[in-house]
Amino acid sequence: MARAVTTQRKALNTAIAWAIGLLIFFPILWTILTSFKTEAQAIADPPVFLFFDWTLENYAVVQERSNYMRFLWNSVFIAGGSTILGIIIAVPAAWSMAFVPSKRTKDILLWMLSTKMLPAVGVLYPIYLIFIKLGILDSRLGLTVVLMLINLPIIVWMLYTYFKEIPGEILEAARMDGASLRNEILYVLTPMAIPGIASTLLLNFILAWNEAFWTLNLTAAQAAPLTAFIASYSSPEGLFFAKLSAASTMAIAPILILGWFSQKQLVRGLTFGAVK
Amino acid sequence: MKLRNALFAASALVSVTATAALADGHATTLTIATVNNGDMIRMQGLTDDFTEKTGHTVEWVTLEENVLRQRVTTDITTNGGAFDIMTIGMYETPIWGANDWLVPLDDLSDDYNVDDILPAMRAGLSYEGTLYAAPFYGESSMIMYRTDLMEAAGMEMPDAPTWQFIREAAAAMTDRDNEINGICLRGKAGWGEGGAFITVTANSFGARWFDEDWNAQFDQPQWAEALNFYVGMMEESGPPGYATNGFNENLSLFQQGKCGMWIDATVAASFVTNPDDSTVADSVGFALAPNSEGIEKKSNWLWAWALAIPAGTQKADAAKEFIEWATSTDYIELVAENEGWANVPPGARISLYENANYKDIPFAQKTLDSILAADPTDPTVDPVPYVGIQFVAIPEFAGIATEVSQEFSAAYAGQQTVEEALEKAQAITNEAMEAAGYR
Repeated sequence: MARAVTTQRKALNTAIAWAIGLLIFFPILWTILTSFKTEAQAIADPPVFLFFDWTLENYAVVQERSNYMRFLWNSVFIAGGSTILGIIIAVPAAWSMAFVPSKRTKDILLWMLSTKMLPAVGVLYPIYLIFIKLGILDSRLGLTVVLMLINLPIIVWMLYTYFKEIPGEILEAARMDGASLRNEILYVLTPMAIPGIASTLLLNFILAWNEAFWTLNLTAAQAAPLTAFIASYSSPEGLFFAKLSAASTMAIAPILILGWFSQKQLVRGLTFGAVK
Repeated sequence: MKLRNALFAASALVSVTATAALADGHATTLTIATVNNGDMIRMQGLTDDFTEKTGHTVEWVTLEENVLRQRVTTDITTNGGAFDIMTIGMYETPIWGANDWLVPLDDLSDDYNVDDILPAMRAGLSYEGTLYAAPFYGESSMIMYRTDLMEAAGMEMPDAPTWQFIREAAAAMTDRDNEINGICLRGKAGWGEGGAFITVTANSFGARWFDEDWNAQFDQPQWAEALNFYVGMMEESGPPGYATNGFNENLSLFQQGKCGMWIDATVAASFVTNPDDSTVADSVGFALAPNSEGIEKKSNWLWAWALAIPAGTQKADAAKEFIEWATSTDYIELVAENEGWANVPPGARISLYENANYKDIPFAQKTLDSILAADPTDPTVDPVPYVGIQFVAIPEFAGIATEVSQEFSAAYAGQQTVEEALEKAQAITNEAMEAAGYR
């Protein structure tokens, strides 16, 4: 039986949820607001919140100085490519771990996750040297593969968790009906796990989009994505906060819009199987 | 085997042809790694002039200073060849030059007039007399102060004040009720931030990082005197939370009229006198960095952002053409024509300071005097085994000084005493130097 919730309690919960939401969103909001200020207004003390002379000058300067579209295309290619490649590899891996586990499955899962605990800088030189030898330094392809490898443990773990929620009997029934392994995964498992796969896809796209260590260290002029675009406006000698904020806003805008439109799928996927 | 030999011969032929084509002067695209500051951004805007003259195009990779340092270090130590020109400083140049990681700039054209480069800059960017990087702009440090507050305090800033005068003036200018701090100085951890500032301050008290046998000197009284003086003055007249203030934080405070004095990079002079950004632009004066009474050495540093060619590049000739263009007197005139004399890259060439147009800039002479007062080969009172004023030009320094500056910042924040910080600095430094084989 559902528990009765009073109107007062509902209002309180809503207020708390809004307060937490605003608190989390505030740094992004502040960045967006700062991008419309002059450099002097950006460092004003006390800070100005809404009542200032809004200007688009910073966007004009950023647009003039940098080839935004090239950075954007590189981000889309690298984040999209690494996520799709990761899903293609992770779906069969997660299927095997969820439905045909071996004695070592749990150990393998833990080992995969443990690779995320290694500080990235620890393997910078080996990977850099491999990139030089293969001639893929400053290439979108090289970066796509590296980001796919970095996010693969998370993709496998997420898919494994979703697949575990699907009753194995359904797959058995498909097998009894004569479905091949490929058909079983493609036409039975995947449609049932769509919310999980979609949220994995979105989350990993966001992770790859925001990745800043490898994207800065393995690129120069050709394959640099939006993280490098932001880094080019940061300066320890000079106050360019308004321009930096404009660059940041331009860099996060596509992912914010994507997140806004796909929030339903994202939440549904992340809570998939949470309530039984 | 025959096939392998044939392939080898073919690839050798292709590479020889390609190299010959480049050497022949064919237009190419240069990839240049640089920092994000006003002068470098201005250069990017004027690159069309270089392309027009040479046919070469340029791809810029602009990064924040620390990111850039890590990025170019990774590339040069692995001979990666991702960049044809790198923007590096006085710390890296002699170390990388000694390792043959850079192309020597010993065959620049006569028109370039290498003798016009300020001697201090040339010395700091050379190894064993060979120039390895050409200075794009140079800087030292000096005092920037509020003339109105100084006058209100009934004091007059000498051209070359002592630390004792500065402390007295700072106390007189401090007005806590109106949020005016007599003095703003760097305290932020990091070898290039607070670490650089406290090192030059210590030099002016006669302290040094190492004796001639590479023994750390933090247990000597000069260091305790310098650090106690700094902490005492900042507690009396510095802004709250100065332990986390770096260049940008102090710039922001000064521009908003919250500092009576600020001692920092000469490049800041153009920011604090720019009326678009600074509320105190019309009341800023300049003086040489202070020294302690009875000690001649001043607390000013020397730094240059310079352009160097990594040994791994295939486009060394075109890269040299770019360096000659970007660091020439013609380039300075190009900037003056487009952006005005106040915006030309300072501190690199003697002829700039002989130029009548540039002499009118209020901070030009003090910048030159500050640069000339700095000697990287003789940074402090006692002899030292190293080169460098605000740094020690050895590869281990960045790591050691970062840790030491963290200890100092903890003392500024009141988390430990100055004596404890110095004791830890001594242990950290000696241990690292022993591990590196210096002792």
